[in-house]
Amino acid sequence: MDEPTSVIETILRDQRAALLDAWVAAQLSAPGVRTDLISERELRVDSDRFLTALSDAVTADSASADVSGPDWATVRGLLTDLSRSRATQGFSPTETATFVFSFKQPLFGAVQAQAPDDSAALTAALWQATELIDALGLFTSEAYLRSREEVIRRQQDELIELSTPVVKLWDGVVALPLIGTLDSARTQVVMESLLERIVETDSTIAIIDITGVPTVDTLVAQHLLKTVAAARLMGADCIVSGIRPQIAQTIVHLGLDLSEVITKSSLADAVVVALERTGFEITRRRTKLG
Amino acid sequence: MDTGNRIPVLKLGHLLLVSIQVDMHDRMALALQEDLAERIVQTGARGVLIDISGLELVDSFIGRMLADIAGIARVLDAETVVVGMRPAVAITLVELGLSLPGVQTALTVERGMAMLPAPTDRLGPEADEEAEDAVGDG
Repeated sequence: MDEPTSVIETILRDQRAALLDAWVAAQLSAPGVRTDLISERELRVDSDRFLTALSDAVTADSASADVSGPDWATVRGLLTDLSRSRATQGFSPTETATFVFSFKQPLFGAVQAQAPDDSAALTAALWQATELIDALGLFTSEAYLRSREEVIRRQQDELIELSTPVVKLWDGVVALPLIGTLDSARTQVVMESLLERIVETDSTIAIIDITGVPTVDTLVAQHLLKTVAAARLMGADCIVSGIRPQIAQTIVHLGLDLSEVITKSSLADAVVVALERTGFEITRRRTKLG
Repeated sequence: MDTGNRIPVLKLGHLLLVSIQVDMHDRMALALQEDLAERIVQTGARGVLIDISGLELVDSFIGRMLADIAGIARVLDAETVVVGMRPAVAITLVELGLSLPGVQTALTVERGMAMLPAPTDRLGPEADEEAEDAVGDG
């Protein structure tokens, strides 16, 4: 009990109810409190769970402010969950970390009340509390950032997946309408999904429509040629359509050789070629005039 | 002849059919090249169909081998069609810079057969002989 390190432990064990009240009050009275995003009851539940986990962890390993140890696993898990849910709720990183940092004030008050006479012990206990809260606060921030990055990465993947739909136009004819600039990651997905769909649908013609591609540089052209070559290796022919006048000019100015590839200015022209090659013919139905 | 390590070359009428169902190593590829060249001359085949749908791994050597086989066959007056290439294999070959120029490709064995010259294209008395051979091989 006389050890300065155990002051926090004692406080957490004996005065939890008072601490919780003081803490929730501090959080609610803080400037910029987001009562629009979280209710007092939820705040109280979160705080209570954090206090329980914290007092367990401090009891188990009271001498250390190193929160990466195994004794702190529960606290870490709790804070990670909290950060994730707050990140999705729309809390800012500061507001999320403030949850932990706002615990400083009630904790310091309790520490001061516990050891009012011995200034050396008081300083030591306060230092211990500061280190602990800082470490946990920083961990919260990190967890918040990690969960945000996860969200961004998932959205990126979904965007890539969604932006490369391979559609079946006809028996034996698939089309890939490309929208946006092609980078290496997208090209990989485009190539794979096109080739896989060729196998799935048993198609002999693939139309790559680049109407939605704003610019074609050497890299994009190279990617296109690679895709065309890979499709040819599998036994399917590619038609590149939707080449706009500016892009045609760029291609010629860049000195790119697209002579191996069938190119058409519009998707309609490409469809006609594809149907001719697969043995179909489009004719207008005769309608009676008048 | 060490048949356990060789890929069988089947004769189907006027065609030779090679179905690669295992991942090949270099010695196997060389043996296949030799066997095919011999069989083309022996049977007077006009077309070679190489089914690589079972091939999941490919390196530059195998890629070169496919191109070489097509070259050899062309010299011996036979056309080569490579069929059933998997997307991953196609991507690998293109990344390796091997786009197999001069090799015809098709999605399936059926389509590949349709691309090769029909048996009626052949003139001369060998046509009957071939039919007998095909029965013997099957």
